[in-house]
Amino acid sequence: MKVTEVIAISKGTLLTPDVNLDREIQGGFSGDLMSDVLASVQAEAVLITGLCNPQVVRTALIADVRLIIFARGKKPGEDILNLAIDENLPIAASPLGLYEISGRLTQAGLPSYEMEMNLFPKD
Amino acid sequence: MSDQATLSDNDAGMITRVEELGYELKISQVMTTNVVTFSPDMTMLEALNLIQHHRISGAPVTMNGEVVGIVSTEDLIRALRDGRIDRKVSDYMSKNLITAKATDKVVEALRIFAKKNVGRLPILDENNKLVGLLTKGDITNGLLDALQRDYQAEEVKRYRASHLFEDIESDRTSLILRYRIIKDDFLHGGAASNHIKRALLRLGADRQVARRCGIAVYEAEMNLIIHTNNGGFLRVEIEPHKITMEAYDDGPGIDDVEKALTPGFSTASEEVRNKGFGAGMGLVNIRACVDEMTIKTSKESGTNLYMTIYLDKPKN
Ligand SMILES: Nc1ncnc2c1ncn2[C@@H]1O[C@H](COP(=O)(O)OP(=O)(O)O)[C@@H](O)[C@H]1O
Ligand SMILES: [Mg+2]
Repeated sequence: MKVTEVIAISKGTLLTPDVNLDREIQGGFSGDLMSDVLASVQAEAVLITGLCNPQVVRTALIADVRLIIFARGKKPGEDILNLAIDENLPIAASPLGLYEISGRLTQAGLPSYEMEMNLFPKD
Repeated sequence: MSDQATLSDNDAGMITRVEELGYELKISQVMTTNVVTFSPDMTMLEALNLIQHHRISGAPVTMNGEVVGIVSTEDLIRALRDGRIDRKVSDYMSKNLITAKATDKVVEALRIFAKKNVGRLPILDENNKLVGLLTKGDITNGLLDALQRDYQAEEVKRYRASHLFEDIESDRTSLILRYRIIKDDFLHGGAASNHIKRALLRLGADRQVARRCGIAVYEAEMNLIIHTNNGGFLRVEIEPHKITMEAYDDGPGIDDVEKALTPGFSTASEEVRNKGFGAGMGLVNIRACVDEMTIKTSKESGTNLYMTIYLDKPKN
């Protein structure tokens, strides 16, 4: 799905006008804990989060995320946006919550890119 | 194009690559050499026999190496229909010559095929001597061969990606990166790890390896920021076949390593959790990403976390 399409479905506003929007979004992940993101997001996903600080951008870069949507009306500051712009990572903000955005995107056909975690690892 | 929407990135890449190849390849690289030719004095019957013998559908007519005409099956049919198959080739050949130069690019030939109604093009050298013959089929085969070569080059590149510094010979090649990590510096948290990941990609590591290193070292970096007395250091050594990452600090040490390795266990404060950390998944994530992980820890000398990723045995 196109970045602009994902943002439109999420009722979001693009906050990084000059970054490259051509890369396809393959799936979605939502969460607020950065270790969870690193543990289970597959590459090339949109990250939907209620957390709003520069670590979100750094985590996203490590995890090969292709778009960040800050949910529930959180507005990222200049520092966050500048970091993302430097790295050519698009950022959007949406008034909707995580559940609502995830639901809309799933309904529009964007699959979950959250890997299942084993509740009882053997080793 | 109506089906543009269903074109995948990969297909689009291939199409532009084919176009590019059209501009890169010279006609001489895709044409047929060893061309069967007719002489103008031959009879059309002799030409027909040659055509059947070589299983071709036409051939240029030459005199002293220069092309003076071209005979196609259509010309033969005309001669047969007229009952004049014993006439000379020069009477029936088409003299309206469309040719191309061997040094021209393949796109040039494609343009000619698109504009003119010809099935084959005699190819000439700089002295206008015949050096080859080109059909649309030759172009298709030439492009497919070139794509195949591209693909093999890509495979070689992929192989190399699992062996950094491939071209450098020494008894021991390695690159060491060091970062000082400051306690409570959330503002820069993850910056060092991103630098490390980028360095690996620049050195030609594949994306999976760079991502695994990035995740492991990021978790280690955040632990230095969150859980230490005075911050610490990250040291990454990149060698042709392995990447060794080390995070060390001078305290307070980990009380119970077993417990610290339990998914969800965390001693992080409420404040840290509000920043999105303290899920108690850091060490678990590290262990999942690296091939080897060792923790040495004590109250007196602090914690040393060693992480190794081997480049020639891919982890899934
Ligand atoms: N360098 C360190 N020094 C002291 N304690 C540490 C260090 N790294 C990890 N720990 C301890 O191990 C626990 C688990 O770490 P981790 O799995 O990264 O989860 P988290 O950082 O989310 O708490 C931490 O809560 C902390 O108590
Ligand atoms: Mg941690």
